Amino acid sequence: MKPTLRKFKESYFLYSFKRDKVAMASFIAIIMFLLIAVLAPWISPMNPYDSNNINIMSSEIPPAWNEFGDPEFLLGTDNQGRDMLSTMIYGLRTSIVIGIGAVALQATIGILMGLTAGYVGGKVDSILMRLADIQFSFPYLMVAILISAIFQLVFGVGKYEELAIPLLILIIGFAEWPMYARTMRASVIGEKGKEYVEAAKIIGLPKPVIMVRHVLPNSLTSLLVISTIQVANAVMSEAALSFLGLGMPISRPSLGSLIRAGFDYIFSGSWWITVFPGIWLVLFVLVINLLGDWLRDVLNPKLYKG
Amino acid sequence: MSHLLEVQDLEVKFALRFGELTAIDGVSFTLDKGEKLGIVGESGAGKSVTGFAIIKLISKPGYISAGRILFNGEDISLYSSTKIRSVRGDRISMIFQDPMMTLNPVFTIGTQMVETLKAHRDITKKDAEKIALEKLRKVYISSPEARLKQYPHELSGGMRQRIIIAISLLTDPAVIIADEPTTALDVTIQAEIMDLLQELCQSGEMGLILITHDLGVVSQVTEKIAVMYAGKIIESGSTDSVVNNPLHPYTKGLIKSIPGGVVKPGQRLEQIPGMMPNLTAIPDGCSFNPRCLIKDKICETEEPPLRELNEGRSVACHMIQG
Amino acid sequence: MFAFIVRRAFQAVMVMLVIALIGFAVQKNVGDPIRPLVGERVSPEEREALAEELGLNDPFLVQYTRFIKKAVHGDLGISFIYQKPTTEVILKHAPATLELVIGAGLIVIVFSLPLGVFTALKPKNWFSKFVMGFSTLGVSIPVFLTAIMFIYLFSVILGWLPSYGRGETVDLFNNGYWQSGLFTADGLKHLILPSFSLASIMMPLFIRIIRSEMMEVLETEYIKYAWAKGLAPMRIWLVHAFKNTLLPVITVFGLQIGIMFAFTILTETVFQWQGMGFMFLEAVQRADIALLNAYLVVVATVFVIVNTVVDIVYGLINPTVRITGTK
Repeated sequence: MKPTLRKFKESYFLYSFKRDKVAMASFIAIIMFLLIAVLAPWISPMNPYDSNNINIMSSEIPPAWNEFGDPEFLLGTDNQGRDMLSTMIYGLRTSIVIGIGAVALQATIGILMGLTAGYVGGKVDSILMRLADIQFSFPYLMVAILISAIFQLVFGVGKYEELAIPLLILIIGFAEWPMYARTMRASVIGEKGKEYVEAAKIIGLPKPVIMVRHVLPNSLTSLLVISTIQVANAVMSEAALSFLGLGMPISRPSLGSLIRAGFDYIFSGSWWITVFPGIWLVLFVLVINLLGDWLRDVLNPKLYKG
Repeated sequence: MSHLLEVQDLEVKFALRFGELTAIDGVSFTLDKGEKLGIVGESGAGKSVTGFAIIKLISKPGYISAGRILFNGEDISLYSSTKIRSVRGDRISMIFQDPMMTLNPVFTIGTQMVETLKAHRDITKKDAEKIALEKLRKVYISSPEARLKQYPHELSGGMRQRIIIAISLLTDPAVIIADEPTTALDVTIQAEIMDLLQELCQSGEMGLILITHDLGVVSQVTEKIAVMYAGKIIESGSTDSVVNNPLHPYTKGLIKSIPGGVVKPGQRLEQIPGMMPNLTAIPDGCSFNPRCLIKDKICETEEPPLRELNEGRSVACHMIQG
Repeated sequence: MFAFIVRRAFQAVMVMLVIALIGFAVQKNVGDPIRPLVGERVSPEEREALAEELGLNDPFLVQYTRFIKKAVHGDLGISFIYQKPTTEVILKHAPATLELVIGAGLIVIVFSLPLGVFTALKPKNWFSKFVMGFSTLGVSIPVFLTAIMFIYLFSVILGWLPSYGRGETVDLFNNGYWQSGLFTADGLKHLILPSFSLASIMMPLFIRIIRSEMMEVLETEYIKYAWAKGLAPMRIWLVHAFKNTLLPVITVFGLQIGIMFAFTILTETVFQWQGMGFMFLEAVQRADIALLNAYLVVVATVFVIVNTVVDIVYGLINPTVRITGTK
């Protein structure tokens, strides 16, 4: 492990990272977001999912610095009386869980499919890629909406609330695997022609071993690059679904649901219900995208000339 | 005596993130009207960069850091990017290495030929096409009218390179710089193309700078030759004398390593031990010294200048006496 | 070339059949098809009789074939909510979405082309950096949030533009089908915010794609050769580089249509825009299965057609594809 660590430390990767202030800032920001999410139960003023904490009488209270505000609710309360700050923290947590979960699922399916398609080739490749193409051209948001709606219809709202998070992970995960599959496949096909694969074959290593032990690590850079984009997308998808009422249920709102709730009140002046979660969400997705952009610039050899 | 093209102490550097790299370190040569010069060396020696430098086509972060490029007496290295366009493609044309990559795949041959003429002459499309057809015939392309409407990928490699040669002839330039013109082609086509180049330059109206690593090709076509190593010219002279009587240890090694050249069948091909240094790590003194078999103490500390031994013959080596 | 078109068309049909199959299977298994027709208070025997009569107990494949046959004739069932044929409902809602998409599309093209080219040609320019930074921000803001922000800024605070609905519409063909908002000043005013909202997600994407493609193209040998030939910079950039850049961008454009549709759902919700997206959500919320299914089939058809057309157009423009018919 030691030589790998040292190689990393001396690598161009780390050098470039330290030089780029934006990358460093985004990375730190992401770590902070993650910390907030993980430590939510301890740092949040109250637990917004616990209905005991919610008092409808304290709904629509503006932020603390406003003349009608209440210092107990730093950023005000939403239409149901939940503390904005707490809900935002827990909402972030939900978004992260779903985002990472969905991407983990997508990646697993996609990588497997891509590896197989790319390495085995032939008919298997055609079928898998056709499948990916069909799915690719169909907007998964619609499918996600449908599946969510059908689920609610069939199983009822109560059951839905319990299973919301895993369900969303499944939906978003299944929806986007073609992205990983394509990238992986392209990478595999690129690597397949290289000599080290030939060498491995001659030695007599079985195909799956070659695929996993040798080809996969070389494709990691492209996979890493799209992962950041996919996490950002997953978070945004969950927000979109929640906004439409088909994501997180009202009892456990995510950032998207908050924005939705706030939308109805924006005309009557309770802007904070939408604005704060909005800014929070955008910040989070923004730093992910910034880091992703930087990763892409660094890991993409073609752009070294810039 | 004033030459058509005279390069004096040309230096080209690349400004990279971790420092500056010298790709060409003081190169000088001349070309007279109708003369054919060969610039020879391994990959990375700086020959292509020299070719690009003449028409100021060095891609960033490279730049000409010193030296003069006199064309018809004027220093074109000082020309603005607008002014250099009157030289590029007009008075000095260039042929690149790989004809497939050089032609734009989405435009027809005709378009790519006509635009070259229109860029340099006030001419109608019809007249431009006439000239294009004339040049296509000159390079022995069959059915030239049909070719004008075709796309690059519809043609064979040899034909594409001929077309590129035809494009370079469109403006009746004074000099053609050919950068590895046959490297990307099949061996049989190589010979055809070289024959064609030779024929075209025979009249004495057009000069040729042939940049290549292929000594065989160079000895067929050129009159004088300059051998480059690690960014410098280390030997120059008439092609005959350099090829048949190489003086610099590197040139000697080169000649002896060509199959079918000086070495007879049955004899061993000689190798030059080691590799040409990376431009970031050029040794002190003579840049060839780590691989040289006849070196002495002085070679490790002092850089040998390119000395003229006798009429037209120069060598950069401490160990060769004039 | 002809073979190419035929092959693509065939693939398109296959894809549509698959999607129709999925839609049909869903429809069969979810919800109760009898209910919309007869209401709640009907005895089980009567239901059974009706089911038999409608052929609901026939084997799956038979029903599916019947479905396809009807679909080809334009009959995709009756909408529960509207109590009208689904095709009619969809057709009445389609123009609204169409106008929205066209509006957004125009905005995207008009802005992203020049910006993409500029940021590729002068990447270190302060304006380029600003545009790129802005575009990263743009993809980080979900479309519904942009929409809400626009409404808040332009309607609530500034009061310049209306915040919902389509405004005054004109009956284009005098048959009640195409209510167009394009021909009235009021209608156009109502179109501005929604189009810009929808465009806001697509623009950053396109700017980036155009920029990255163009930057790659600018590094190619043939561009270097164009410089060697002494051509004018404008020609090299706007003719040589540009055409090569456009080609891959066109294919991406085809793929993006799908995403655009998804985003119309969100945009129409925020703006109460009575288009297909809005209708879709209504159908979801009120469990109008027939309408949902019809919508899916229609959307799938649109995509497949658009993608096929894009492929064919690409094949026409890109000379290297024409001869062989394959990519």
